[in-house]
Amino acid sequence: MALILENKPIASNVFQMRVAANQQVKAGQFYMLRAWENIPTFSRPISICDQNGEEMTFVYEVKGKGTEIFSTLQAGDEIELMGPRGNGFVLKGQKCVLVGGGVGIAPLLLLAKRLREQGAQITAYLGFRSEEYLKEDFARYCHRIITDVGGKITDVIETESFDCAYICGPEVMMQAAWDKLKHSAEQVVVSVERRMACGVGVCLGCNIKTRQGNKKVCSDGPIFAAEDVFYE
Amino acid sequence: MNRLGVDFLGFSLKNPIAAASGTFGFGKEYAEFYDINQLGAVCLKGLTLHKKAGNDGVRIWECTGGMLNSIGLENPGVKAFIEEYEETQARIQTVKIVNLGGDSLEEYVEGARLLNQIDIDILELNISCPNVKSGGMLFGVSEDSAYQVTRAVKDITRFPLMVKLSPNVADIAVIAAACEEAGADGLSLINTVQGMAIDIQNRRAVFDNVYAGLSGAAIKPIALRMVHQAAKAVNIPIMGIGGIYSGRDVLEFLMVGASCVQIGTAGFIRPTKLMEILAELKAYCEENDLFLKEIINII
Ligand SMILES: Cc1cc2nc3c(=O)[nH]c(=O)nc-3n(C[C@H](O)[C@H](O)[C@H](O)COP(=O)(O)O)c2cc1C
Ligand code: FES
Repeated sequence: MALILENKPIASNVFQMRVAANQQVKAGQFYMLRAWENIPTFSRPISICDQNGEEMTFVYEVKGKGTEIFSTLQAGDEIELMGPRGNGFVLKGQKCVLVGGGVGIAPLLLLAKRLREQGAQITAYLGFRSEEYLKEDFARYCHRIITDVGGKITDVIETESFDCAYICGPEVMMQAAWDKLKHSAEQVVVSVERRMACGVGVCLGCNIKTRQGNKKVCSDGPIFAAEDVFYE
Repeated sequence: MNRLGVDFLGFSLKNPIAAASGTFGFGKEYAEFYDINQLGAVCLKGLTLHKKAGNDGVRIWECTGGMLNSIGLENPGVKAFIEEYEETQARIQTVKIVNLGGDSLEEYVEGARLLNQIDIDILELNISCPNVKSGGMLFGVSEDSAYQVTRAVKDITRFPLMVKLSPNVADIAVIAAACEEAGADGLSLINTVQGMAIDIQNRRAVFDNVYAGLSGAAIKPIALRMVHQAAKAVNIPIMGIGGIYSGRDVLEFLMVGASCVQIGTAGFIRPTKLMEILAELKAYCEENDLFLKEIINII
């Protein structure tokens, strides 16, 4: 159980939760979050958005019963954290581009911070549905930020060479970003989202078909090489 | 004296709680969270003779009090399982139950024959699989095919044979009796209940296969009723399955005739959930001066 320090809306239907937790985590990893016993059945996988010493931040969109319950929690309440789970991003490259759509930008923030610590130069494309959020946080680590509200962020991606591209968002958006970046970025990775039951690799419910065969998003992922995911 | 001990197919289980097939992998993942050998038994992920890639599309869906799954028996196949069995065996010191499915009688028999090469404790026959030869009808839904597959596997296996029954049948007592007559040493029930989920946004069924298997708390009353009916129809021991979330749920299953139980969906609440259920059961037995063997099949 982790103590909630703050839980507030930062855009319509988007919340930011800060919890007291001191664990070693990688950017791109997630936790299975739970604030109830039996119902809803599943815990909710939420990516780590930021980590500062004794604190961890999650940014989540209210999409169903589980995240709705999360949104009612207050500072002083507790939340169950199971994790960190998943492989996380491999930090690579000196010239990097991040492409995030919707709450898919959340894991990219901790990634930007870690890449910046390694001295990387970062360009971030951030797509929002109705209003911008977390932009100032990205501004601390990114060299250049391009945002879009209500349209398609992938339409404004400029052809430029990068060492590595990191993409997280809805599947169609990731596919479009891959199409734009596959020739200009040496390596492209995507963070895949799936419904999860166990979160540890036993139920095979979070399956993704990749070029190397079936993979489990919870334990083999959620980060995959884009070429292995969009191979058809 | 161990209040939780029960006997099942010649084994003295230290407690009646087993992990259900398909919800525990091959024991590796949960071993990182707790000592899995504290469980009375473990049922490993369902195998088929040949490797299966499983189903496309959505595979799991949450519903009130449970979930639906359409995993499609993704598994490495019996041969690959046998090749890695040394490692699996080293991990698991409790009673090991291997779950076997198949699309034809020949596949079941060949799978069971190959498994004779390794040392497992109990063979669990999953007969909720489509019988390719009879147009995809499940083996487990007709008295005849349930009898045939049980008989054929019993003839070849060197392990105690437990047949896992499907609840999607007209009369569970008839199927249970057919399996007993065919030589089954025990029964396990229930497998998932056929259900459906709808995506109203896209106006279509959620699952590519349209129907999927319902599990979790929602099916417990059905499972209790069926275990009760089966227990009245046969003289072989039963492993109860379906919607067990607490120590009290375990007691209910024992009272209607199960000697022990399997727990699946509840394990997804958190990795250590089965240990919590075990602790509840233990506390209840101590507080009430109860030995579990006393309450089996009393209703
Ligand atoms: C994700 C998942 C995978 C399953 N895979 C198998 C399987 O491979 N073989 C089998 O006999 N039953 C399988 N089952 C059925 C369970 O073993 C069990 O019979 C059923 O879930 C009811 O128990 P529960 O309500 O405790 O989950 C599976 C169930 C789930 C939820
Ligand atoms: S969520 Fe169960 S295997 Fe990934």
